[in-house]
Amino acid sequence: MLLTDEAILRTAALSRIAINKVECDTLRKHLNQIFELIEQMQSVNTDDIEPMAYSQNIALRVREDRPATPALREDFLALAPQTKNGLFLVPKAID
Amino acid sequence: MIAMIHATLKTLSSYLANKTLSSVELTQAFLAQIDQFNSTLNAFIAVDYDKTLLEAKVADKRLAKGDFHPLTGIPIAIKDLFCHQGWKTTCCSTMLKNFISPYDAHVVEQCKKTNMVILGHTNMDEFAMGSSNEYSCYGPVKNPWNTDFTPGGSSGGSAASVAARLTPVALGTDTGGSIRQPASFCGITGLKPTYGLISRYGIIAFASSLDQCGPMAKTAEDCALLLNILAGFDERDSTSLARPFEDYTHHLTDSINGLKIGLPQEYFSEGLDPKVSDLIDKALKALTELGAQIVDINLPNTHLSIPAYYVIAPAEASANLARYDGVRFGHRASHYNDLIDLYEKSRAEGFGQEVKQRILIGTYVLSHGYYEAYYLKAQKVRRLIANDFQAAFEKCDVIATPVTPTAAFRLGERQNDPIKMYLSDIYTISVNLAGLPGISLPVGFINKLPIGMQFIGNYFAESRLLNVAHRLQQATNWHNQQPNL
Repeated sequence: MLLTDEAILRTAALSRIAINKVECDTLRKHLNQIFELIEQMQSVNTDDIEPMAYSQNIALRVREDRPATPALREDFLALAPQTKNGLFLVPKAID
Repeated sequence: MIAMIHATLKTLSSYLANKTLSSVELTQAFLAQIDQFNSTLNAFIAVDYDKTLLEAKVADKRLAKGDFHPLTGIPIAIKDLFCHQGWKTTCCSTMLKNFISPYDAHVVEQCKKTNMVILGHTNMDEFAMGSSNEYSCYGPVKNPWNTDFTPGGSSGGSAASVAARLTPVALGTDTGGSIRQPASFCGITGLKPTYGLISRYGIIAFASSLDQCGPMAKTAEDCALLLNILAGFDERDSTSLARPFEDYTHHLTDSINGLKIGLPQEYFSEGLDPKVSDLIDKALKALTELGAQIVDINLPNTHLSIPAYYVIAPAEASANLARYDGVRFGHRASHYNDLIDLYEKSRAEGFGQEVKQRILIGTYVLSHGYYEAYYLKAQKVRRLIANDFQAAFEKCDVIATPVTPTAAFRLGERQNDPIKMYLSDIYTISVNLAGLPGISLPVGFINKLPIGMQFIGNYFAESRLLNVAHRLQQATNWHNQQPNL
């Protein structure tokens, strides 16, 4: 597999990262080297192998839905680049 | 003063308990070290003398009352990815350069409960992605043994600060070797515990199924003392495992007579510097003189660790780092046309090149049409690697391996060669994929640069690993060596 500029640009768009021509060239070169390494996985047969998401087959624990101390609303809002009336402010998204 | 900065935690603890020394005096000694050497090493990226000395004064009050913990009053450095209330917690990324954490990570809470004194935040590769500490927005850390060389990464600042005696102990994290590899390059001891042993709550996430916090110190005994306060169930981490309390210092001096040490052939083959191999042989000889037995084992899928890791870790990173969108916190671009443009420019400006590269790999392997071929395949390979270890532990109690194929490399040497950089972690990554504990400790020098070896244990075998490492450190002197700065 050889990644093209088009594939790099499409993946960057999916990742929501703007990249310029120079970055695209470097990324294409590096990603092709890395995927060549990754392709080594295909050398082993894994047909009957169960995928492993976590070691020791840890299942993500869910917690009881119960009232808890509210998050530090003001503290978290203070971290945002822009807020208004207690809300995070973003550019207009819907006409 | 000089003896103080070289002392083990146990010694410092006894000085504090019997009032030979106050926590303020001890803290001032380490702050003076930071003052003197950090401009050369760049190991700390945030120090606040007033806050730190206030913590030391509070620790002294507790010590005076007599109701204290063995680590009360001991200074500690923390990697810059542990949320620390009121401190900038940046992950050494432009993205989080102004992020002041509103809360503490679980492990920071544990340090505070014990009244350890936090000296400051240590430098690291951005978002813990790197093996050389060169991917930090604050610039690289220098190896205290030779400042032309890397200290390793991503916990390079923590490793360098312990080695240079800027702190007696530090916290690091290990996703693919980020505690053990810098510990090896800097000549200190570093433990990556079993996945799930220490809560990840408040640790800025890189790859959630692999990340694990651990102690970095001069000795195995110091690691055990710190692990005692770090380990334990925390309901805020959905992968935290409930275990009975264990005193990790309890078995340090146990005999290792009859202990079976497995040597995986695959870790001692092509690519390993023969001088590293020789030093490991000498360490193994010291262990056999203590009664340990060497057995040959095989870990046949070792060569697939790096390929599987570079699918799984970037996939998880691409999901975890999606939260940095310039809306709720983190960097926002100053000029943008619409919401999508805001996301794309904020992320382009906020992330460094290596982080972008890994996000793109992750996005690609999770995208439609590639998920099964890459992500699912990597998870299956991960199972094979974990199964290999379980088969090996049928034949041995612990596994001995190199930590890295070579000694530390020169700064800049591998920056444009991702494959060469990634191969630095070839002996550590499989441990994270399997979720096992591993410890790195110094066993000698090549060209005046330290070399470590690794012991890998089965799940929750930290006490055993610390026991083997401690016995080796009792029989050798490598852990007492210090760099001349």
